Parts: sequence; structure tokens; C-alpha cells
Amino acid sequence: MKKWPRSALLLAIIASLIVSLFSNQIDDYVLNILILTGINIILAVSLNLVNGHTGQFSLGHAGFMAVGAYASSAITMFAAPAVLNINPSDEGTLGTSLVFLLALGLGGIAAAFIGFMVGVPSLRLRGDYLAIVTLGFGEIIRVVIQNTDALGGPRGVGGIPPYTNFFWTYALAAVTIYVIANLVDSTYGRGFLAVRDDEVAAEAMGINTTKYKVNAFVIGAFFAGVAGGLYAHFITFITPEGFNFLKSVDIVVMVILGGMGSTLGVAFAAILLTVLNELLRQFEEYRMIIFALILIVMMILRPQGLLGSFRGFRRKRPASRT
Amino acid sequence: MSDLLRLDQVTIQFGGLKALTELDFCIREGELVGLIGPNGAGKTTVFNLITGVYKPTVGGIVFRDRSIAGCSPSKITSFGIGRTFQNIRLFGSLSVFDNVRTAMNMRLRHGIAHALVRGGGFLSEESEIRSAVMELLEMFGLEGLEQEFATSLPYGDQRRLEIVRALATQPKLLLLDEPAAGMNPTEKIELMALIRLIQQKFRITVLLVEHDMKVVMGICQQIVVLDHGVKIAEGTPTEVKSNAKVIEAYLGKEPEHA
Repeated sequence: MKKWPRSALLLAIIASLIVSLFSNQIDDYVLNILILTGINIILAVSLNLVNGHTGQFSLGHAGFMAVGAYASSAITMFAAPAVLNINPSDEGTLGTSLVFLLALGLGGIAAAFIGFMVGVPSLRLRGDYLAIVTLGFGEIIRVVIQNTDALGGPRGVGGIPPYTNFFWTYALAAVTIYVIANLVDSTYGRGFLAVRDDEVAAEAMGINTTKYKVNAFVIGAFFAGVAGGLYAHFITFITPEGFNFLKSVDIVVMVILGGMGSTLGVAFAAILLTVLNELLRQFEEYRMIIFALILIVMMILRPQGLLGSFRGFRRKRPASRT
Repeated sequence: MSDLLRLDQVTIQFGGLKALTELDFCIREGELVGLIGPNGAGKTTVFNLITGVYKPTVGGIVFRDRSIAGCSPSKITSFGIGRTFQNIRLFGSLSVFDNVRTAMNMRLRHGIAHALVRGGGFLSEESEIRSAVMELLEMFGLEGLEQEFATSLPYGDQRRLEIVRALATQPKLLLLDEPAAGMNPTEKIELMALIRLIQQKFRITVLLVEHDMKVVMGICQQIVVLDHGVKIAEGTPTEVKSNAKVIEAYLGKEPEHA
């Protein structure tokens, strides 16, 4: 994908503000699906930086989402009323809006920090091994939350102020796409793609592959944390079970379906899968079967993804030896 | 002329196998040195040691008065050693332009934060990089191909692109691993001219592993001969050609009483 000019970002933010002003005209059910779609776009596009662009298969995205969700809820529910004396129930005021933005940012930073801690040891591994380790870390985060009474344990946390609206969701989705598309388009960002294509050659070109992988992981985790914050203030009730392994798999599926390394394709797949999930709700028990079948057919017909440009999954050549 | 690179009693062992034994040699600044030897002599191992892919079991490697043994490959590249690979390793999903562009990554003044904010300094650096890449591509006859996928180029062009990519890291010392492999005679002659150009115009010292003796004897000023991980000869092409040990390594020993 070509770079996004700043005007496009501004336009997207203004558009989401305008839609948001008329959001009471939209059917509640439709609005909810729209917001969920926006959150999924952020998750999929950010995971794409790790799995698609940098080629490091991570299965722990839901864990970082959980960190962001719990951290941001802690701020809006406890820190803001105590420190800034802002009542969580008066939503829509400037005060709560700023608190919410701050909470999302800090949630993202908390997730990025955990991402760094997880990334440094695990990114020495490749391929299947990395997938298993990230899966393990994602589960560890969930289980730790589940067993911490201060975080509500398995019952979760309820009564989170419902700050998330159409504007916040789509403005942040636009920011995510803007940041990741522009990052990858830059000379620095081309390093991520080089790491994916050939690590040995990338090192020989002076690219510190470990650093690049960790950076991709941290940025991905940051946006997952932001998405987690949005999700928490949308659902208003979070449990550790909501951030389990299956949630991570959902996001991975969006990335693969959209086309590894295609920002727009992945955003498109996030929309498609979220909406499809709802449309198939009336078929109840057949839903997952139909869902799986669509994926299988898709992978047979278009293995590179909907808008994928990454040319084939060639096996990495082994390091040359005399 | 001073020593640019010095290998000091370098030994590397993979398990029970000694791939290189007490290897000593120097490369002086500005030279074009060939490293030859039969298959399995340890030539690519020497390259992998110099570029940091392997760490010597014993011995030291000194580049521009700095010990580089044990540094990471990316660090060594930033010290000024560029390389190409025996089996071409271009970035397959990137364009020709981007392949060269990634090699400029380590010298970016505007890092990740700037790539997100996209200020004026960042944009001017990006356009500097663009013109530097285009200049290199033009110099090596790859202009007009910059938007092609690197792996869709003809074989000879891919080899050349690998050299261009290595040059984009602005090396003091360039290591070429069998640059003539798979080339036809005309391409080989072009390649020899190209390597000379790199040595003279860019003032880059070149260390070359090559099997094609015409290429090696044609352009190298100094030749180091390896056999079974041991240096058996060193000198000018004429000296090496008449060296008994070298002939023995390549052609075998004459029977005692023929």
C-alpha cells in the first residue's frame, strides 16, 4: 500500500466525528457492530505489522489487548475519580474525553511494555517455535489476571464507563492505519520487510534484526492495548475469558485472510469477518462450520489473501555454509 | 599502505571438524585479493567469520585497528564491511529500488519516531536516499528496473543488484562470494570490468572468492589459496600459479615414479 497523506488521516477523523454526531440516528445493533468492526480493524492492522510485514508469527495478540483493557479501565474507574476528581458517569464532557484518551494511551503503553518484556526473549525463536511461545505468553497474561483478586479474578471487572463511541473507534482506527502504512513505507520500515524476506541478508545489510523484530512487536502490542481499552469501554464488562487464545486466532485469521503485509486488505478482512460473524448468527450451530468453509475456500482460491501482495510463502533458504 | 583487515591465527571448529586451522592473512587498503581453493576448502567459512555469522573458536580478526571477532553481522556491516552471497539472497518481495534502500537503513538520521511523524527532516532524508539509490542503480545499468521485483530480474542482473546493494552500505571492504557463478563468458568479462571499477572508482578494497580462474587471475593482485582449512600459498597470480602445493591441491600429486 502506498503512503497515506496527512490530509487523508484528517479527513477520516473528521468523517468519523460527523458520523458520530448522528450516531443516535443509527440503529443500536448496527452501531454496536460498527464499533466492534472498528476495534477489530485496529487489532488486525497492528498484528499485521508483526505477522505480515515482519514475518514473525505471533499468536498472543489477545494478551496485549487484555493488558490495555485492564490498564485503561483502572484509570477511568479508579485513578481519574480519585486523582482528577472526574466522575466516570458524566460521559461526553471534555474532562472525561481527555481522561479516556489518556487511559487509552496508557493502556497502549502498558501493553507495549509487556510486549517488550515478552518480545526480547521470545523473538530469538522463529516460525512455529515463536508461535508457540507467544501463544504461551498470551495465556500467561490471561491466567495471571484470572488469579489476581485485585483485578476481579475470573469474574472480571464490571461497571466500566461506556466512553467508547463511533468517533473514538474510527478516529483511532484511522490513526492505526496511518501510522502503520506510513511506517512500512519509510526507509526504516522497509527494514521490517527485509527481515521477513531474509534475515541473514538483512543482517549483512546492517539491519539489527532483533531490534527490528522487537520494535514491530512493541508497536503491535501498543495498538492492541489501545484496542483493548476501546473494547473495555464499549462492552463495559471484561473477563479474562474474553481475551483467550481463540480471540488471538480470530485476529490472525483476519490478517491471513486480508493478505499478510497488506494494510488495506487486512482492514478489509476485519470488516468482512466481523460482519459475516453477525450475519451468520441466525444459523447458530452451523455458523462456525460455514465460517470455516469460507476460510478454506478462500485459502484455496486466493492464498495470498484478499488484497495480498506478498508473493508466495517461500521457504527460507538455510544459511550458506562451505 | 596499511593493513585494512588482519586474520590472526584464526581457527574455527564445528564439533569435531576443524573448518579452518590457524589461518593468517592480511588485506592491505586498496587491494583486490582473491581467495581460492578446491571445494570445501573453507572459503565461505572465511567470509562468514569476517562478517560475523560465525565466531572464531580461537584467534582474532582485526578490521581498521578494531577487533571484530564476535561482533554481530549488522554491527560489522556498520564498521564498513559489505558482502554478497554465494546463492543470491535478495529480498524477494521487495522491488529493486527497495532492496538497495534497505541497505541504507543503518545510517538513517531519522529513525522510527520520525517515520511516524514525517517531519521536514524526515522527508528530505527520504528524498536524499531516493536520489542516492537511483544514482547507484544508474551507475550499474539497472535504471528503469527499479520498480521490478528483485527476483524477477535475469540472473546476471540479480548478481549485479546484490553488489549494488552491498555498495549501498558504503563499505571500506567488499566481500564477493563467487560473483561469476552461473555467468556466461560475456557476463564474466563485464563483471571483471565492474569489479575493477568498484576498486578504482569507489576506492573499495575487494576480497573475492571465485572458482573461475580466468576471473581470479585476470583481476586479482594478491591471491590466498586455501585447502582443507589451511593456507597453502599466498602471493601474486604468477607466483601462485607456479606454486607446487597449489598445483597439487587442484590437480593431485604426481606418482613417485611415473
